[in-house]
Amino acid sequence: MSSKNQDHISLTPASNEIFDIVVIGAGVVGCAIARGFVLEGAHVAIVEKASDILDGASKANSAILHTGFDAPSGSLELDCIRDGYQEYMEIHQELGLPLEKTGAHVVAWNDEEVARLDSILSQAHANGVADVALIGKKELQTLEPNLSGNALAAISVPGEAIIDPWSAPYSYLRQALLNGAEAFFTCEVEAGTFDNGVWQLQTSRGTLKSRHVINCAGLYGDQINEKLLGRSTFGIMPRKGQFVVFDKAAHSLVNSVILPVPSERTKGIVIFQTVFGNLAVGPTAEDQISRRDVSTDKDTLQSLINAGIDKIPALKHMPVTAVYAGLRPATENKDYQIELDETQNWITVGGIRSTGLSGALGISKYVYKLYSQTGNKHKPVKNPQLPKSPVLIEASTQGLRRDWQKSDHEEVVCHCELVTKREIEQALEGSLAARSLAGLKRQTRVTMGRCQGFYCTARLAELTDGHFSNPIAKKINNG
Amino acid sequence: MVDRAVEKSSLGSDIPIDVAIIGGGPSGLSAAIELKRCGVSRVVVLERESEAGGIPRHCGHPPFGMREFKRILTGPNYAKKLVALASAVEVEIHTMTTVVEARPDGELLITTNFGAEVINAGRVIYATGVREMPRSARLISGKRNSGIVNSGALQSMVYLKHRMPFKRPIIIGTELVSFSTIMTCHHAGIKPVTMIGEHDEITARWPYSVFPGLIDIPFRTGLRIFPRIMGIPLHLGARLIAIDGDDNVSSVQIELANGIRQTVECDGVILTGKFTPEATLALSGHLDIDPATGGPVVDQYGRCSDPVYCATGNLLRPGETAGWCWNEGRQAGRLVADDLKNKLPEFDRRIQIYLSDTLIKYAMPKFVGLPLSAGMEDLQLRFKNSAKGYIIGTSGEETVYRRKVSVHPEHRVIIALDKLTNKCSEGNIQLTFEER
Ligand SMILES: Cc1cc2nc3c(=O)[nH]c(=O)nc-3n(C[C@H](O)[C@H](O)[C@H](O)COP(=O)(O)OP(=O)(O)OC[C@H]3O[C@@H](n4cnc5c(N)ncnc54)[C@H](O)[C@@H]3O)c2cc1C
Ligand SMILES: Cc1cc2nc3c(=O)[nH]c(=O)nc-3n(C[C@H](O)[C@H](O)[C@H](O)COP(=O)(O)OP(=O)(O)OC[C@H]3O[C@@H](n4cnc5c(N)ncnc54)[C@H](O)[C@@H]3O)c2cc1C
Repeated sequence: MSSKNQDHISLTPASNEIFDIVVIGAGVVGCAIARGFVLEGAHVAIVEKASDILDGASKANSAILHTGFDAPSGSLELDCIRDGYQEYMEIHQELGLPLEKTGAHVVAWNDEEVARLDSILSQAHANGVADVALIGKKELQTLEPNLSGNALAAISVPGEAIIDPWSAPYSYLRQALLNGAEAFFTCEVEAGTFDNGVWQLQTSRGTLKSRHVINCAGLYGDQINEKLLGRSTFGIMPRKGQFVVFDKAAHSLVNSVILPVPSERTKGIVIFQTVFGNLAVGPTAEDQISRRDVSTDKDTLQSLINAGIDKIPALKHMPVTAVYAGLRPATENKDYQIELDETQNWITVGGIRSTGLSGALGISKYVYKLYSQTGNKHKPVKNPQLPKSPVLIEASTQGLRRDWQKSDHEEVVCHCELVTKREIEQALEGSLAARSLAGLKRQTRVTMGRCQGFYCTARLAELTDGHFSNPIAKKINNG
Repeated sequence: MVDRAVEKSSLGSDIPIDVAIIGGGPSGLSAAIELKRCGVSRVVVLERESEAGGIPRHCGHPPFGMREFKRILTGPNYAKKLVALASAVEVEIHTMTTVVEARPDGELLITTNFGAEVINAGRVIYATGVREMPRSARLISGKRNSGIVNSGALQSMVYLKHRMPFKRPIIIGTELVSFSTIMTCHHAGIKPVTMIGEHDEITARWPYSVFPGLIDIPFRTGLRIFPRIMGIPLHLGARLIAIDGDDNVSSVQIELANGIRQTVECDGVILTGKFTPEATLALSGHLDIDPATGGPVVDQYGRCSDPVYCATGNLLRPGETAGWCWNEGRQAGRLVADDLKNKLPEFDRRIQIYLSDTLIKYAMPKFVGLPLSAGMEDLQLRFKNSAKGYIIGTSGEETVYRRKVSVHPEHRVIIALDKLTNKCSEGNIQLTFEER
């Protein structure tokens, strides 16, 4: 194994100090909580079993920052989404995170759906999202001229926005690390004991000590509770969502997020732009046993394509760029499962099913409130350090330039997404260094464009030599 | 878009650019050489890789150069030879120069190590070639494990970077590139476990001199037994159903011609062929795209919907050999040189070729200007499946063209433009295929 990859190394005695908090799991929720607690002044460690962050539910979602207009009224989920949305608005500029306030339209495609729009409207208003309004066919056609003629009416939700699902959590965790947190990767929590107010967590890399533990293990949240607390009040029932991403040429076919009238079980199939300039259709909602299996299947993908064409006929000639699937950590309950076990200094943050990207910052606030209610207190960091995020989108609202637009980037490596050698090298260094191709993709977008690695995989194999435990390619011995 | 004045142009001089060529592959380089030979003064080739030469630079195997140099060269040697010829006639080749946007009036947004910059050219030759269809667009079922690559990526890994991503992959496809992939594997010590093709016959049709050992064997038989000689079982009429494995590929499921499903243990998947034009600049710019070819819409001069732009080489349509593209580039160079001198014959009228049969994959060029004089002499067609029958051209009620053919997937069929159009006195032409 290479010298650059340190993950096989056991935890050092230095990391054997007693942390205030250990966060289990570096999904978007764990990253936001790590940041929140660090800024409140706690000494935090975050442990992640994968080599890179965002390897679970957070690796693949629709990247919509929800207003909460359709969340169940009175739910904890609604509170967290509202707070999370609010905080994202406040901090995205200083963290250099993208935000495109495209708005959304809940479109009714038949009379039955038209009849349901009123109740969606009143729920939105009850949820405090005041600017939501009903619009008729004509207005909808002016706003979304490429929708098929079968679109009858819509609820307009001006506040819904699209963001980068990866750079946001990366930035949360970067800020946590800059202000004193520690992160341990390929570090799986396997067991633990709680004695005299201190948790001893047995991990695949050694023992970590902490006064409090926050379980943010996403798709494994119930298993962690069973293993370490001996019980879980919920069970994870993974729900897969598959997506099709169309060519960038399709981006301009919509101006807002096109939502369906939702059913009991799911928000349904959405047509949305990505901040990177593509157009995507998905997700499906498929219950499954496996907590890892994110495979896609041809028939489902084809049906997504057909559903897209049905709503936007011009999609017919658009090439497919990518396909992917994500797993929602659903449970038997609808709402978030956030519980404090006061006797064991343990907080469970589980079942963050389908709104965790929007809710994460709000969840962090709520969890800190729970924690401080039991008498825990720290001194908030006065002038927290701000991390720098790479600029990954062209039309940056903050007027930031991409690296390819600047001098001395040396080389454009990924031609489709215009990722430079300098950006790749930066992502391979530092406390959140990419240790897998998947991690490098999430940090830089390499190979995520039209050619999907046809042109740059060979160069990437060379540039990433020694950095990945599962290398892209190995050297040929015979020369 | 570019919010900063570049102090020094990365192209090194302020002399107006007569023709900028996007892409330094065989077609772009031959266009450049021809332009210089026709007396055009400043011709710049913009190439995003570290060296010009295009795809052949990545193909460490023969045969290249038969059409152009009357001898058999390996890809890299062929590429070097083209670059040397271009340099000899003072074509400016700018490598590590990526064209990011192609805009009206020959305005190009480029990036180099100097950063982003806008340049202007009198004419632009668009010659960015083809790539293979990736796993995603093929909608193949399974996970996104590592070890799934196109043959182009494998070739660059093996020949340019001396690396291999797997040891025992399965090869999907039976186009010529699929067979050269066997050579690539052989070179790297990779041992493919199986090769499958979706059609009942081998798709490849290019010269079998790639495989010198088979010279005396009839072509198709040669290709059929070639994998076996290399110890690779070949299944025709077989489909890839799904890819299994976690981080890496562990096996694939295939369905054989008789409907039986099989699990094939392997550690990688090579997706070969299914070429698509690298038409990024058109897709996200102002040039019209023909969904049938995937390349820009052109007339027989190669002129795009914005006539400042002329497309050539494999970008026009998937996919031809280097020699063919080299020839097309040469013609494009000549036409653009004439155009700059206002010597390109004007059209009296322009007809559009419509396809009204789903068996026809594409026909290029999409527009034909009349009267015919210069430019492409033929309409190039491809078909989706094998069939025997008639290609019929109709204009209004009238049949203007009829020819008996036997077609195969990915095999080029050409129709002389004069034969197709000489009876078409007005309107456009519909092409259909009548099976017999
Ligand atoms: C198809 C789909 C579409 C979605 N769309 C949206 C959307 O548009 N907007 C929105 O706001 N939300 C959306 N979501 C929801 C959002 O993605 C999730 O709510 C969120 O990612 C959950 O994050 P998490 O941190 O709770 O879990 P995870 O991301 O699963 O994080 C848990 C982490 O814990 C680690 N871990 C597990 N066990 C251990 C262990 N024993 N030791 C150490 N580490 C461990 C895992 O490796 C993982 O990294 C969508 C989700 C899906 C699947
Ligand atoms: C995997 C593969 C294997 C092949 N094997 C063979 C073979 O064995 N024999 C054969 O005869 N043919 C083969 N071909 C066909 C091949 O396309 C032609 O041989 C030939 O290379 C076509 O020439 P071209 O100039 O049209 O395109 P290319 O050779 O593809 O050249 C295009 C050039 O444009 C550059 N470029 C693209 N976009 C930009 C941009 N935005 N800015 C700047 N530069 C850009 C590229 O870097 C490239 O150098 C193969 C094709 C592929 C994809």
